[in-house]
Amino acid sequence: MAEPFLIGDGMTGGYGAADILHNCTIAVEKGQIAVIVGPNGAGKSTAMKAVFGMLKLRGGRVVLDGEDITTLTPQARVHKGMGFVPQTHNIFTSMTVEENLEMGAFIREDGFADTMAQVYDLFPILKEKRHQAAGELSGGQRQQVAVGRALMTRPKVLMLDEPTAGVSPIVMDELFDRIIEIARTGISILMVEQNARQALEIADKGYVLVQGANRFTDTGKALMADPEVRRSFLGG
Amino acid sequence: MSKNLYLFAGVVALFLFTGLVLTSWNQTLLILNFALVSSIMALGVNIQWGYAGLFNTGVMGFAALGGLAVVLVNSRPVPEAWSAGGFGILAGLALGALTIAATIFLRRRMVKGRARSLATVALLVGGFFLFRAVFDPAVDAVEAINPTIQGNLGGLGLPVLLAWPAGGLLAALAAWGIGKTALGLRSDYLAIATLGIAEIIVAVMKNEDWLARGVKMMDLKERPWPVPYEVSLQQNPRFLELAANWGFDPVSASSVVVKLCYMVMILIVLGLLIWLSERALNSPWGRMMRAIRDNEDAARAMGKDVTKKHLHIFILGSAVIGIAGAMLTSMDGILNPGTYQPLRFTFLIWVMVIVGGSGNNWGALLGGLLVGWLWLIVETLGPMVMGGITAGMAPGPLKSHLVDSAQHMRLLTMGIILLLVLRFSPRGLIPEK
Amino acid sequence: MDILNALVAFLNFVFIPGLAYGSQLALGALGVTLIYGILRFSNFAHGDTMAFGTMVTILVTWWFQSMGIGFGPLPTALLALPFGIAATAALLLLTDRAVYRFYRKQKAAPTILVIVSLGVMFVMNGIVRLIIGVEDQNFADGARFLITAGDFKTMTGLTEGLAIKTTQAVTVVTAGLTVAFLFWFLQKTRTGKSMRAFSDNEDLALLSGINPDRVVQVTWILAAAMATIAGVLYGLDKSFKPFTYFQLLLPIFAAAIVGGLGSPLGAIAGGFVIAFSEVMVTYAWKKVATYLLPDSMAPDGLLQLMSTDYKFAVSFSILILVLIFMPTGLFKGKSV
Repeated sequence: MAEPFLIGDGMTGGYGAADILHNCTIAVEKGQIAVIVGPNGAGKSTAMKAVFGMLKLRGGRVVLDGEDITTLTPQARVHKGMGFVPQTHNIFTSMTVEENLEMGAFIREDGFADTMAQVYDLFPILKEKRHQAAGELSGGQRQQVAVGRALMTRPKVLMLDEPTAGVSPIVMDELFDRIIEIARTGISILMVEQNARQALEIADKGYVLVQGANRFTDTGKALMADPEVRRSFLGG
Repeated sequence: MSKNLYLFAGVVALFLFTGLVLTSWNQTLLILNFALVSSIMALGVNIQWGYAGLFNTGVMGFAALGGLAVVLVNSRPVPEAWSAGGFGILAGLALGALTIAATIFLRRRMVKGRARSLATVALLVGGFFLFRAVFDPAVDAVEAINPTIQGNLGGLGLPVLLAWPAGGLLAALAAWGIGKTALGLRSDYLAIATLGIAEIIVAVMKNEDWLARGVKMMDLKERPWPVPYEVSLQQNPRFLELAANWGFDPVSASSVVVKLCYMVMILIVLGLLIWLSERALNSPWGRMMRAIRDNEDAARAMGKDVTKKHLHIFILGSAVIGIAGAMLTSMDGILNPGTYQPLRFTFLIWVMVIVGGSGNNWGALLGGLLVGWLWLIVETLGPMVMGGITAGMAPGPLKSHLVDSAQHMRLLTMGIILLLVLRFSPRGLIPEK
Repeated sequence: MDILNALVAFLNFVFIPGLAYGSQLALGALGVTLIYGILRFSNFAHGDTMAFGTMVTILVTWWFQSMGIGFGPLPTALLALPFGIAATAALLLLTDRAVYRFYRKQKAAPTILVIVSLGVMFVMNGIVRLIIGVEDQNFADGARFLITAGDFKTMTGLTEGLAIKTTQAVTVVTAGLTVAFLFWFLQKTRTGKSMRAFSDNEDLALLSGINPDRVVQVTWILAAAMATIAGVLYGLDKSFKPFTYFQLLLPIFAAAIVGGLGSPLGAIAGGFVIAFSEVMVTYAWKKVATYLLPDSMAPDGLLQLMSTDYKFAVSFSILILVLIFMPTGLFKGKSV
């Protein structure tokens, strides 16, 4: 079987002396959505940060599109085509929406007007508020700015750390719809989600982590159908 | 510990070498006393910085308050001045304090809003003019009295030794005011606020002649010293005989003896302060302070009132600086506000603390001795060295400029030492245990 | 009641000096606030940076003057200014490379950086004193006045004169141009925007591929320019003395904090707040009051709130009030 488009394979490591991840594997195929779920403190965000190079791995490797990127810094991974949306502090609050998008495109040498237009098509409200300071927007709109900023580099993989944290259910559904739309354009999505049920519904692949290790890995549908997963992680 | 003993032995050797080879014993003792008093100031800064991470850039101000205390406690009262306007001045100051107290009270009692803001402004402005109306004529009256030698209210005429704790008290009061406002905010604010208060304290001392004659200076030698006078020693037949027996010139011998007496007194105070701070540092209180310094958030989570603890530490450290400031002034025998320079009083002390080892009292002492020595010896040796360097040069503007500028070399030297220590040995010569 | 003469006296003794001084403080505070926004520490060496830049400018000015190069009615120092800026920028970049960078890579606490900046202050202060000494240096040349008090009186027929010194006009115009350039740079250019982004959210700026070293370098260059211009304008308007420049730290910090540390707009507002308060509190209002009040109510005293010796107390009091009542400043700077 060919290797997935992006894979963090057998990752072991943590921030300090103690390991948080234990032989943890996360992968996503081209144009698909992979979701990491699990209880609090399971190392979901850590696993994603490990894929993005934000912590040192003691074991395992990260491969993007056939290229081993294990030793690259996060900044270098951005150049390789990875986009990352942190859970908090993910926008420039004092800058306008449009400036946020411009900063997202900072590494691009070519014109990015078309990408910006695509982002505005995806999130029409942003176009309306493009000259407003991003810090003045509502929670859902800020998340759109954050995702839009990450899309400006035209990434091959978009990584989202709990994109729906703290937004209302309606906004969450809306955001998930947009994420599906993004995936349809051929961008792989890897995200960590607290709202496991809704996230698994849209996921091509789901990873259930417990204590930094893979517990269940299957398609989103299969995980939703698995009685043990339902009982332990989806609240029945 | 043995390494530290070697370090101190090295310092002793350094001073002996200075006395035997470089300069006279008199000069060496001058340097030593300066270094010892500075060590006490460094001790105060170390209490604030080493125990609690508080960044005080107002050492000069607290030291100057100590100096002021010497005048206020020790010098002779001027009864004419008191009857002319002394009570007016006191009443004016009381009015000023009352205005501030009333403002604080008002702000606590009234609800937030425009009415409160207006009342605050009205009270402050009204209070200010009232203060000026009472204060100004009284000041004029006092300053008009015998202005060539007096023109001030004078002091209490008490023994000078009482002035030392009084200096600590005065500095503590100022520290309380500053700490109340600037602590609990981001750390740079304390640095900036203390920098400001120090400038203002010195400005007050320069301009308020009724207080301590301002830049006209206050000669303190007319009052009993804690030690004998040089002049009276020189007239004392027993002393002259002793000096002659030992083969010393009586003039320099007298000043050496006076400096030795001071040295002993400084050492007593220094020893007492080090003993107290070591006790405090190793008590549960000291451990708590260091725990707070190392992790403020955790300490806060455990229910400690970090800002209050910082205030205590800040007051304590400033009081120590005030005591040292008082000792320095009584040693100099003169209060000259013009000599209070931030580079010498504030930043030099910081170099001492950093070089010696922040968080360690013995480090502060070592740093004080070493840096104090360097500071004064460069003054003596700098022009000599520069003279040697420029000896081969043709006389001209460049040569004289170089010789003149030698005295500025020490700022450069201090800065480079500070940067080198911070970079390569950030824990200093004697690191915290 | 003589409103016109009162107004002229007010303009002459309060407004114009305050405007010039405010421009100088605003430029100084801009440098402090830029460094704070990007490098996240209060730079105690800023006053001495100003002194260094001014010193280089003075030396070049003297050199120009000795060669007979002048700038017509304008001060020759304006021609020498670019040299001063270049030398100061070089010094600051060198300092960053040799000193600050090490602590930045370590992610040292801001207080450590402040102490390090003390060391840098010592060194810069030493260099300046070594080269030019501690004395007052006057280097203003060109025409002394734009309008003299006498001309103004004959022109308007008023008893009160209005004098505008060339240096005051030069100060306000230069400061205006500098600030306009700085805001254009920060708002419109890619590098300027990346600096704002870096100041706003460092981690996200790094994620966006903004090169922190470049941002830091540009910041030092801008700070050097602001400091040198502020220092030269202050020196032209008053005089150059190294110790005065160190003392300017207090009003400059006060201005930056009043405006909100890290906010360029705040730094400008803060500069004028401090300058006008200082001038108004230390000005003797007797003259203005005499014009406004009937003779019977003419004031006896000078009507001076505080003697000029206490001008530092003014900036300090404002600083304390701001710290107590709104620690983030007028323009919501960074409080942490």
